[in-house]
Amino acid sequence: MKTEQHIASNHTSERQRSEGVLEIKNLRKSFGENKVLNGFSMNLYQGENLVVMGRSGSGKSVMIKCVVGLMQPDSGSIKILGNELTNLDRTALDKLRAEVGFLFQGSALYDSMTVRENLEFPLRRHTDRFGADMDTEALIVEALESVNLAHTLDLLPNELSGGMQRRVALARALILKPRIMLYDEPTSGLDPITSKEIIKLMQAVQEKYQTSSLIITHDVDCARVISNRMILLVDGLNYAEGTFAELSRSADPKVQAFFK
Amino acid sequence: MNMLNFPDIKDRVRSFFEEVGKLSRFAGRFFREGFRRPFEWNEFLKQCYNVGNRSLTLVILTGFIIGMVFTIQSRPTLIEFGAESWLPSMVGLTIVREVGPVLIALICAGRVGSGIGAELGSMRVTEQIDAMEVSGTNPFKFLVVTRIFACVFMLPLLVLIGDAFALYGSYLVENIKGDVSYQLFFNNVFGNLAFGDLMPATIKSFFFGFAIGLVGCYKGYHCTKGTVGVGVAANTAVVVSSLLVFIIDFMAVIVADIFYEL
Repeated sequence: MKTEQHIASNHTSERQRSEGVLEIKNLRKSFGENKVLNGFSMNLYQGENLVVMGRSGSGKSVMIKCVVGLMQPDSGSIKILGNELTNLDRTALDKLRAEVGFLFQGSALYDSMTVRENLEFPLRRHTDRFGADMDTEALIVEALESVNLAHTLDLLPNELSGGMQRRVALARALILKPRIMLYDEPTSGLDPITSKEIIKLMQAVQEKYQTSSLIITHDVDCARVISNRMILLVDGLNYAEGTFAELSRSADPKVQAFFK
Repeated sequence: MNMLNFPDIKDRVRSFFEEVGKLSRFAGRFFREGFRRPFEWNEFLKQCYNVGNRSLTLVILTGFIIGMVFTIQSRPTLIEFGAESWLPSMVGLTIVREVGPVLIALICAGRVGSGIGAELGSMRVTEQIDAMEVSGTNPFKFLVVTRIFACVFMLPLLVLIGDAFALYGSYLVENIKGDVSYQLFFNNVFGNLAFGDLMPATIKSFFFGFAIGLVGCYKGYHCTKGTVGVGVAANTAVVVSSLLVFIIDFMAVIVADIFYEL
């Protein structure tokens, strides 16, 4: 815990100047006797890439699912763009979800729909976002072009490789032009070359759409390339916080275990 | 040796009632959300086509064969009692009132119920349902409400088609073995069929459809434990919905009997 306090203090003053788009305070979640999140807190600031690393079962995916309202936390506060998530009704939550893009670990493309229909799907309930003259086709093509897959429009997900599926899923997450992007293990299950492609795409997307990104991963290479700041999650708590360089130099054996 | 393990039985009884409670809550959610805007018309029509298309060939074949078998089996006995002329009306009544709806419902429980359970189960374990939720679409309305309504509306239609083919199968046997004309056969069938025979059968078909759709969706929507869970969801969807078909049929017969006596 000392590590966390020490490193976090170096960043507090500069972060205070920028706007927090996602604030989590004292988040707790248990499944029966198993306490998964044990008072986790973090802030994601405008335009930054924040990586949360942790071992399997440390509560990373549970935390990110609480952020998008797929799971209800036992206690704690989650504020997205100033809106307290636990106070929102279904309509308000759905509206807020348009501001948050989510890339699922296994892509989660709708396998009975073509790529075009997959990208069209999030637009159905958010037509007001682009006004009355919304050009669905142009939005779909733009999103697919940003992941270099404009030629796959009429293919089904099972006709795409794992890497292509991940890129289509990224395009689907981006189609509503969200302000925050959440990535759940974006490189898991991919070969090293495809992983690098996905990481490059994530950087390109961040540059193009000016999103703030929360990235859940245990891929050290991904964290090194993409992170502006990192949080290490141990036993449902933020154990250490800092830049990749700072954390990788830490003498704490628990922190070092992540970088070996 | 103690054959009865009481704590085990207690747990099973408790989990049975818990499951009944969860299924009832799921049905309650269907009624709350099913009649509220926005309606997913396109998905509903797509599901109607899926439910009908998935079972139509099987329904036609089964109906046709059952009609023939039923006639072949009952003909010698009726001839023995000199009641051969009663065969068309007997087959008509039996098929329209009981055999048709129950048999077609059981076929649909196997074909449609398991299909829905496996489809939604696989969508659940691959996080596709979560992806819908995150995109701001209500997956319950999109996936569950449309499928249950499709089953409710398509099952009576399938029953009517199945009944028609069963009667045609019966006519073919009668025509070959007894030289009965098409007109005579169907005059006999419809001459003895009353509105009171057709209505309870049609009404209970709606309930069969509801039970098949509800159980298939419930099992799939709450599927856990990965690919093994998908298999379990599909399998239990068939078992539970088949059981519900018989329970609903029993209740429908009792209610219809009360009306006949009035």
